Amino acid sequence: MQKHTISVLVNDQPGVLARVANLFGRRGFNIDSITVGNSEEKGLSRMVIVTTGDEKTLEQVMKQLHKLIDVIKVQHLSTGSMVAREIVLIKVDAGPTTRMEISGIVEPFRAAIVDVGPQSVIVQATGDSDKIDALTELLRPYGIRELTRTGLTAMARSMAAVKV
Amino acid sequence: MSRDVAMVVGRPEIPPIEQGEVITGSDALLRCLLLENVEYVFGYPGGAVLPIYDSLYSSHLKHILTRHEQGAIHAADGFARSTGKPGVVIATSGPGATNLVTGIATAYMDSIPMVIITGNVAQSLIGTDAFQEADITGITLPITKHNFFVRDVLELPRIIKEAFHIATTGRPGPVLIDIPKDVNNATAPFFYPETVNLRGYNPAVKPNKMQVDRLIKAISEAKKPVIMAGGGVISASAEKELIAFAEKTQIPVICTLMGLGSFPGTHPLALGWPGMHGNFVSNQAILNCDLLIGIGNRFDDRITMGRTKEFAPNAKIIHIDVDPAEIGKNVETMIPLVGDVKLVLEAALPKAAQADTSDWLIQLNEWKEKHPFSYKKNGNLKPQAVIEMIYETTAGEAIVTTDVGQHQMWAAQYYKFKHPRSLISSGGLGTMGFGFPSAIGAQFAHPDRTVVSINGDGGFQMNSQELAVVSQHNVPVKIVIINNKCLGMVRQWQEIFYDNRYSHIDLSHSPDFVKLAEAYGVKGLRAQSESEARQVWQEALEHNGPVVVEFVVEPEENVYPMVASGCTLDQMTMGDEE
Ligand SMILES: Cc1ncc(C[n+]2csc(CCOP(=O)(O)OP(=O)(O)O)c2C)c(N)n1
Repeated sequence: MQKHTISVLVNDQPGVLARVANLFGRRGFNIDSITVGNSEEKGLSRMVIVTTGDEKTLEQVMKQLHKLIDVIKVQHLSTGSMVAREIVLIKVDAGPTTRMEISGIVEPFRAAIVDVGPQSVIVQATGDSDKIDALTELLRPYGIRELTRTGLTAMARSMAAVKV
Repeated sequence: MSRDVAMVVGRPEIPPIEQGEVITGSDALLRCLLLENVEYVFGYPGGAVLPIYDSLYSSHLKHILTRHEQGAIHAADGFARSTGKPGVVIATSGPGATNLVTGIATAYMDSIPMVIITGNVAQSLIGTDAFQEADITGITLPITKHNFFVRDVLELPRIIKEAFHIATTGRPGPVLIDIPKDVNNATAPFFYPETVNLRGYNPAVKPNKMQVDRLIKAISEAKKPVIMAGGGVISASAEKELIAFAEKTQIPVICTLMGLGSFPGTHPLALGWPGMHGNFVSNQAILNCDLLIGIGNRFDDRITMGRTKEFAPNAKIIHIDVDPAEIGKNVETMIPLVGDVKLVLEAALPKAAQADTSDWLIQLNEWKEKHPFSYKKNGNLKPQAVIEMIYETTAGEAIVTTDVGQHQMWAAQYYKFKHPRSLISSGGLGTMGFGFPSAIGAQFAHPDRTVVSINGDGGFQMNSQELAVVSQHNVPVKIVIINNKCLGMVRQWQEIFYDNRYSHIDLSHSPDFVKLAEAYGVKGLRAQSESEARQVWQEALEHNGPVVVEFVVEPEENVYPMVASGCTLDQMTMGDEE
């Protein structure tokens, strides 16, 4: 079982996300994460979907996505080299004594403390999923109160050959 | 049969269609339907579609009021299957719309072109759980090819144009348009677009030349090739091309249930149909072939038995289909050939040569003769004998619709379908209640042909209320009920797999079908023996109007041959062979 990152260009219309999510659900395909937002063209949105499955499942996912009338283009990004990023916000227990320590952990990750309260701080980090996993594990011992990840957004590298 | 069912003398007519004229949404809808050459609409009114029904009052469209929305959608489906044109249905919001769901799923599974129009509550009420509100676009997401919710009357004509385009092109399917009441009431200048511009929808129809060459090469290397023709051959109207291709290459043809009629059952190269209740020779052909050319079929699990690895174990598989997602979905394909079946066969025909199949054909003919479909006669009226009689007396020229169950399998076994669109049956979803209303649609489409609807006593009772429609319009359908006084197909499985524990299959408490017919003003006949059957059936055929014919048959009869689910095609139970 492999993770696959798929980029889907869709009409920016009500219900399109439901159509895509429904397709995954009814065909028994798993969605690990899904992000949606504007694309380079007005009227079109781009979804980046991370899914798990073998080659055969992936082929079906791509073909079934193509069948949706509101889907303009489907790209399999993880075949070539891609830039993939995720944002995480982590609210960590931090009194005056531990704050400095947390700062020290956050720095090498080029993450930042974006909010400071009397008993906690919010750490923001951007990066690929592995980096975010690593940072989360390092902060866990301090006590994570709340954590939210956006899911992956991704793009093929400029020089990479992309299988469409 | 009364043909002009909607036109009532003295009613004002909508003036001729003029572009730019300011009209209401519902008037625009009906004009669009006329511009799409729709002749019949099947439906049922209600609060949310009152504006549409008001417009219908003065429209040229012929509207058939069924007695249940499920009747309407199956009738529209029968119209579509028997003509190839899209079937059109109108239903109101909420319960009207949800009553369509089974029919939409039925059409979706068998790739039938349909345009379904539902009303909804006014947009100001949408999302408030208003009276008779249902999110029908949400409910039908997984069972439509596409669906639309119309927000603005200005968009209505474009959406209708797109709906017909999507329903009828590529792999056909049902498309639903949900129109809130305020959109039907709103007015706008009427413009019907001439072209459709859908960026994300470009069905691949032209085949790839290199793949066609690979097909031709594979045929030249094959010693035991076989064609498996599915419903896609019929949707593409490619039956002539298929016959020409089979004859030129001398490759024998199996038809799936949905493909029956795409190749004449009486042709010397016809083998029959495969799978769970298919015949011996078709299954042997699959087991022994070295090349299997699937055309517009989908390797359903009633044919592969879910044992896709053991399916056609010695064969290269070539799969021709307009839907790329079908190729490689169920079985591994050596040569994928995406395209409209008709265009693929047209491209392949001039390049194809006769294959070296003479020994193979001799072998197949031996199997064919050794194990034809057969049953033991014992003096009682047998369901198989009824179907044989229907076949003989209609010379194989009738349009036959079936319901779902044992009678459906016997109809497929003992009626040799010669023409495409002459077997109308719910193959994919297996919908009980489909057989009778679908025949109504087929008969409206073909007023001069004999339409026979073959039903079980169970399934007929799921939509028997449509007797009112055949009575009202004098639709001359020959409605056959094979009465075995039980849910036969379920009984068969309980006998074989559940040790004769017959749980809840007893239908001895059914209405007197003859009296039921008569209560609706329809002729009713009954036969309990072979001689009665012949006499009564002749009377039914000669009757110029609808007729219900009940054949009381032996309840214990089973459908054979049979390959049980999970077995492979070589594990066939032959049953009561004569
Ligand atoms: C709507 C629906 N409900 C249940 C079934 C399951 N089912 C398949 S065949 C069958 C029995 C059909 O009995 P009958 O209509 O009497 O036909 P027979 O098999 O006796 O020919 C049933 C219940 C179905 N296919 N469709």
